[in-house]
Amino acid sequence: MANDKEKSKSEGEPTESKVDTSRPREPSFYEAQKGWKSWAFTLDHKRLGVMYLLSTMIFFFIAGMSAILFRTELLTPQGDFLPWLNQQLAGMMGQPISIEEAAAQSGTTYNKLFTVHGAVMVFLVIIPSVPGALGNFLLPLMLGAKDVAFPRLNLASFWIYSLGAIFFLYTLFMGGLDTGWTFYTPYSTNTGTAVISATAGAFILGFSSILTGINFMVTIHKMRAPGMTWYRMPLFVWAIYATAVIQVLATPVLAITLLLLMVERTLGIGIFDPAMGGDPVLFQHFFWFYSHPAVYIMILPGFGIESELIAVHSRKHIFGYKAIALSSVAIAIISFVVWGHHMFVSGQSELAGIVFSFLTFAVAVPTAIKVFSWVATLYKGSIAFNTPMLYGLMFLFTFTIGGLTGVFLGTLSVDVHLHDTYFVVAHFHYVMMGGTIIAFIGGIHHWWPKMFGKMYHEGSAKIGALLVFVGFNTTFFNQFVMGGQGMPRRYYTYVPQFQEQHVLSTIGAYILAVGLLWTATYLLYSLRKSNDAPVADNPWGGASLEWQTQSPPIEHNFHDTPRVTTGPYNFPQIDRTGEVDGH
Amino acid sequence: MSSHDAKAMRPGAIDPPMPLAHHFDTPGQQAGSAKFGMWVFLATEILMFSGLFLAYFVVRMLYPEMVLSSHELLDKTMGGVNTVVLLTSSFTMAMAVRAAQLGDQKGVVRNIILTILFAFVFMGVKYVEYTGKFAHGIFPGKYFDYVAAGEYAREHGHVLAGKPHIFFGLYFVMTGLHGVHVLAGIGVLTWVLLRARKGEFGPRYYAPVENVGLYWHIVDLVWIFLFPLLYLVR
Repeated sequence: MANDKEKSKSEGEPTESKVDTSRPREPSFYEAQKGWKSWAFTLDHKRLGVMYLLSTMIFFFIAGMSAILFRTELLTPQGDFLPWLNQQLAGMMGQPISIEEAAAQSGTTYNKLFTVHGAVMVFLVIIPSVPGALGNFLLPLMLGAKDVAFPRLNLASFWIYSLGAIFFLYTLFMGGLDTGWTFYTPYSTNTGTAVISATAGAFILGFSSILTGINFMVTIHKMRAPGMTWYRMPLFVWAIYATAVIQVLATPVLAITLLLLMVERTLGIGIFDPAMGGDPVLFQHFFWFYSHPAVYIMILPGFGIESELIAVHSRKHIFGYKAIALSSVAIAIISFVVWGHHMFVSGQSELAGIVFSFLTFAVAVPTAIKVFSWVATLYKGSIAFNTPMLYGLMFLFTFTIGGLTGVFLGTLSVDVHLHDTYFVVAHFHYVMMGGTIIAFIGGIHHWWPKMFGKMYHEGSAKIGALLVFVGFNTTFFNQFVMGGQGMPRRYYTYVPQFQEQHVLSTIGAYILAVGLLWTATYLLYSLRKSNDAPVADNPWGGASLEWQTQSPPIEHNFHDTPRVTTGPYNFPQIDRTGEVDGH
Repeated sequence: MSSHDAKAMRPGAIDPPMPLAHHFDTPGQQAGSAKFGMWVFLATEILMFSGLFLAYFVVRMLYPEMVLSSHELLDKTMGGVNTVVLLTSSFTMAMAVRAAQLGDQKGVVRNIILTILFAFVFMGVKYVEYTGKFAHGIFPGKYFDYVAAGEYAREHGHVLAGKPHIFFGLYFVMTGLHGVHVLAGIGVLTWVLLRARKGEFGPRYYAPVENVGLYWHIVDLVWIFLFPLLYLVR
């Protein structure tokens, strides 16, 4: 510890706020250019970040609403809400049907709803959300660069994302998809729903993801400002870097998997379809070789945000900087060798199951290093209980539950019991929603003044945070219990003994939806013209470079290329009396 | 590199400056970014094809006799000719990059044109191969005509074993995806050719030629693996 302290001193005195008040304010990047073309053809990473934020939020809404629909259906053990809904819709289309006919279609409707929820959340919301929105906006700012390495590629990436989104919307209007987001064969090669357009959409979105990953990797390698060494990069950048590596290395395998699935469906080449001599488990290997790393594509950026939230709002140098940075890389590497834990009951060999189980436990080590480091950062910090920090603390709570229940599922024998139950649903949502989305919302609050130059109403934000926290845990916590008692996932109807727990879950989902809509409302409301209360360029006293420029930033980010002399967490007001150990 | 040395340049060589995008500080940073980005992209290409190679090995493990007997229907001569054609085109591509580094504009243009010609020869041979297969009922997957293909095999003294539709399904997917990459290569080569004719490349700026060259070598490399795996099964 003494060593660490000396080192931090030798790294130079803490940064004073570099905002030069003598210079007149320049127009922000919003004001620098006007008109729709300045958005549609922009090469500015900040505008693209804002565009990603808007589009991912639109799809978040669509996916959330489909979840509300099927959670409503699950209020009762038998099917009744969806039959009623189908009947009403058919009536509105001018083709009235009886309730029996409507009920007959409703199982498929339920499958389509959870597929829309899963596929849209994974491919259109969580994967592009943090890298696309916050990553694009912040990465060059944090590195002290004028833009990402390939701005035109960045724009192409956004429009490719939009094209993929159009394919998904087309799928929805063509009657939807009922395979679940995993597209398992042989069902996906035989079902009558729109598999081709959905997989084509995911294929195209993969391109967008790869291009973003390449762009970020090159940006981090080549565009750092003078003095910005690897170990002076903010931890958010480290997390985005690890994410980019996985995006680049895993997504091509998804592309070829989906291509083979499309070929299998159109030409029937027979490598996945057992009826034609193929191996359906081969599809699962292919799919999870991408999709397990993909869950780290989804969670690693969340880790990055968490590091920023915890350090800035407890006014303390992050504990274990290098350990957090390198554990991101370790997670990226291990993520490629654990895919078999999705297939413990798919008929892979016992030996493979044991090896994958062991490797899965190995992920817990770098993950725990992060969680302990965040908790240690909080220790004796001067914690500000503002909204970003509330989400930061919420993340610690919910992600830890999500992470630990992952160990249950990685245990071979326990997984045989819990496989395909609500326990898996709860685990996944505690990690993805309780992890990534919570961190993302926290990050939006943290960088809102930077992105838009406006401040949201703090009291409303706290109410929103409370609603989200209560709603989320009410929805998903008892699903662990339900799953343990044997409630299988993806069931349209269920045995009556689970009704109380399902009702509780649905009520939680409603609270969560209210909380999220409330959050969207006050955030958008803060953008109104009359909200002209001045916002400081650096309202939280952050020490990383994005806070050293105007809010919102000028078009070229910085007046002069910044020169970096110190780490990103050497806060000016930091307590260096020695009372606080381990800085 | 010696090519940057002005003294090493031949008479008549051109040396246009590098256009520097606003967000880069130095030409070195820009060229380094372009090259690094290309290498990362090539890694994604390798990984995408490696999925197909894995599928191939699984099928070969499941049905070794079928793969052995099916591959006899592929034309080793045409495959071999195409291998030579692609290897030669990789050579002309490398010569184009070299010419750009030396500021030899005519050399760049000539070598890129040659590379494009070889690419068309490759696609021509592939066209003859594909149509020849289709004529004997050898289609991918469920369109595979067992009767016609079986007869064709007997005429050549072979017996088709097992489920050859899987082998040919993979054959068409693997060579088809590779063919798409050749076509894309023709596209980017043409783009570089047009720029080279305007005299945009020289010792200080040849990153696009080099990057397209790297891409072209990968297309070649993939074929180097496809040819023995599909045509020369033992």
